[in-house]
Amino acid sequence: MALLEVTDLTVSFPTADGVVRAVRGVSFGVEAGRTLGIVGESGSGKTVLTQTLLALTPGANVSGRAVFDGTDLLQLTEAQMREIRGARIAVIFQDPLTSLHPLYKVGWQIAEMIQAHDKSMSKKQAHDRAVELLGHVGIPRPERRVDDYPHQFSGGMRQRAMIAMALSLSPSMIIADEPTTALDATVQAQIIDLLLRLQQESNTALIMITHDLGVVADIADDVMVMYAGRAAEKAAKREVFYAPHHPYTKGLLESIPSSSAAGGRLKPIPGSPPSLINLPSGCKFHPRCGYVLDRCLTEEPVLRPVSQEGGHSSACWLPLQAAGLGEQAEELRAETVREGRGEAAAEVFEAETAEAVGPEGSVAG
Amino acid sequence: MSEPLASAGTASTPADPAGDDLVRLENLVKYFPVRAGGLVRRTVGQVQAVDDVSLSIPRGQTLGLVGETGSGKSTLARCVAGLIPVTSGRVIFDGRDITNLSRGAMRPIRREVQMIFQDPYSSLNPRRRVGAIIGDPFAIHKTATGGERKRQVQELMERVGLNPEHYNRFPAEFSGGQRQRIGVARALALRPKLIICDEPVSALDVSIQAQVLNLLSDLQRDYGLTYLFIAHDLEVVRHVSDSVAVMYLGRIGESGPRDPVYTSPRHPYTAALLSAAPAADPDTAAARQRIVLTGDVPSPIDPPSGCRFHPRCPKAEAVCGQQEPQLEAKAGDVATHLVACHFPVQAGENLAAAGRSEPT
Repeated sequence: MALLEVTDLTVSFPTADGVVRAVRGVSFGVEAGRTLGIVGESGSGKTVLTQTLLALTPGANVSGRAVFDGTDLLQLTEAQMREIRGARIAVIFQDPLTSLHPLYKVGWQIAEMIQAHDKSMSKKQAHDRAVELLGHVGIPRPERRVDDYPHQFSGGMRQRAMIAMALSLSPSMIIADEPTTALDATVQAQIIDLLLRLQQESNTALIMITHDLGVVADIADDVMVMYAGRAAEKAAKREVFYAPHHPYTKGLLESIPSSSAAGGRLKPIPGSPPSLINLPSGCKFHPRCGYVLDRCLTEEPVLRPVSQEGGHSSACWLPLQAAGLGEQAEELRAETVREGRGEAAAEVFEAETAEAVGPEGSVAG
Repeated sequence: MSEPLASAGTASTPADPAGDDLVRLENLVKYFPVRAGGLVRRTVGQVQAVDDVSLSIPRGQTLGLVGETGSGKSTLARCVAGLIPVTSGRVIFDGRDITNLSRGAMRPIRREVQMIFQDPYSSLNPRRRVGAIIGDPFAIHKTATGGERKRQVQELMERVGLNPEHYNRFPAEFSGGQRQRIGVARALALRPKLIICDEPVSALDVSIQAQVLNLLSDLQRDYGLTYLFIAHDLEVVRHVSDSVAVMYLGRIGESGPRDPVYTSPRHPYTAALLSAAPAADPDTAAARQRIVLTGDVPSPIDPPSGCRFHPRCPKAEAVCGQQEPQLEAKAGDVATHLVACHFPVQAGENLAAAGRSEPT
């Protein structure tokens, strides 16, 4: 049994413009000591997904199950959730400047968190623990810096302070939501190293939410690629990077500038992600996909196993052998498309594409 | 110091010897005063944002400017665009000295130097229609009016991949990538010679980022544009640039044609940046030895003595704190590959071991 087992999680938000279907039936598990990377673009539902686990999405309609260490997180009362949030499951947010209160000293904010969950701790003890934690995450001279305000910290130090705060109650799982996106490359490297070191020390489970495939390649054990509120592909890291099955995963990997093709043309995914209020029919990726079959327009594929290797599964109608970035897989994909797309469907597809895609393959609407 | 960067790769350069470089910066300095005091404001220090920078960009090519937050790359761009006065040094554009020109004298030059900004959300007025935003340059420079302006704007929209029928829409009706296209169309309106791109794709998702990068490269090819391309993403810079300059705390640490800088960086800072850049490939990521720099970038108000990188440098020795290294070509490098370092990185040298320790 995994530490966290999420089953068929669905989250939607009623708004004046219609229902925003942010997460639509996502299942995944995270084991202790392992890192799950959740990758997706803006609006793919990756942040809503994890915030829902911690009841941070007020006003949302939620269904499904999320069993953490024997307890279904979605059934907890607010008081019960408060016992878990921060203490058993900690969160690190993207922007450390807005997640730290500007008017309180950094050390005070860490100590307050410790005391809120452990009433037996004296103020002095909590303060000392804060110093120890700041030292542990690599803040120089923590006994002095503990009394600094957030603005006296650099961006990297603030993120270290956030990590110290997340660690303060020895959580068994950490959710890191784009923790390095706001940081410079050299500082990002420091933070990733720190997270990896801390995880090894304490066998914590880590969920790393990011849009950066480079970060995932570095830190994740398993990867879930999300698109329009669903898992498009799930597998161990190597499968996702070297044998992607879903055309969206493939497209993401191919659109990254790489040294081998410097100066040449990039291969972007045409168009942009769909509106979560007004989702396309069938497979939600089909308006941007280069391998559309008839059934893609009407039937939404569900996740199915692609191979035994690394628990690889993908939500795409293409044959299971059509995985990978090589020529053989590409030929198979092309052939499937030739056979699988009837005249009528092709016309629908062209019409839809013309509607959704402006001149020169860009989107116009 | 003022030795120009030569062209890299196969891009052709015009035969005209005098006008080989579209932009040349000579010992450019930009300090911002730090003031304190109540009624009487005194200057108590200087933010040394750009300090003695010499660079040049050949016509029709792209210079990639790399550096972290606070390295002065955006300030440098603003000096080139004439948006802020420079403290000393010269900016030569298209053979003319445009350093600190008056507003009136600068106006015709502004047509030829345009900017594309990072954030497509804050760089477009949300209450004005897209057609009006893109048409502004025509109105300001009085080059087209009425129906002619609309026709030209729609032509531009089509050129950057927007639907011309969306002329009357508001920015909010467009996605991030499309907004960036609006910014590109606006920059393109007056057929500039130089476009300064300040982190033009940082705010965009990867799949959209590639669309905008392809657009920029098409436009460069079709209109012979010269780009000053600022970004912190090293792979993006590698993709678009002919030559590269690495900035650290207001100074150029290393510059040269793209390939030698990327494949055999000589400055320890460049090496650290390259080793820290995330690679979207698990095997590369696992095999790589990351040079983890200790500490943070120091304040540009009181930069370190000697080499500004020495407090964080894994190779620093006593001389680095005393004597400022000159930007020069080292033995064995191409003449245009310049580095400012007393102890440049040698081929095959392992800096990762030296820089491993965490600050305590």
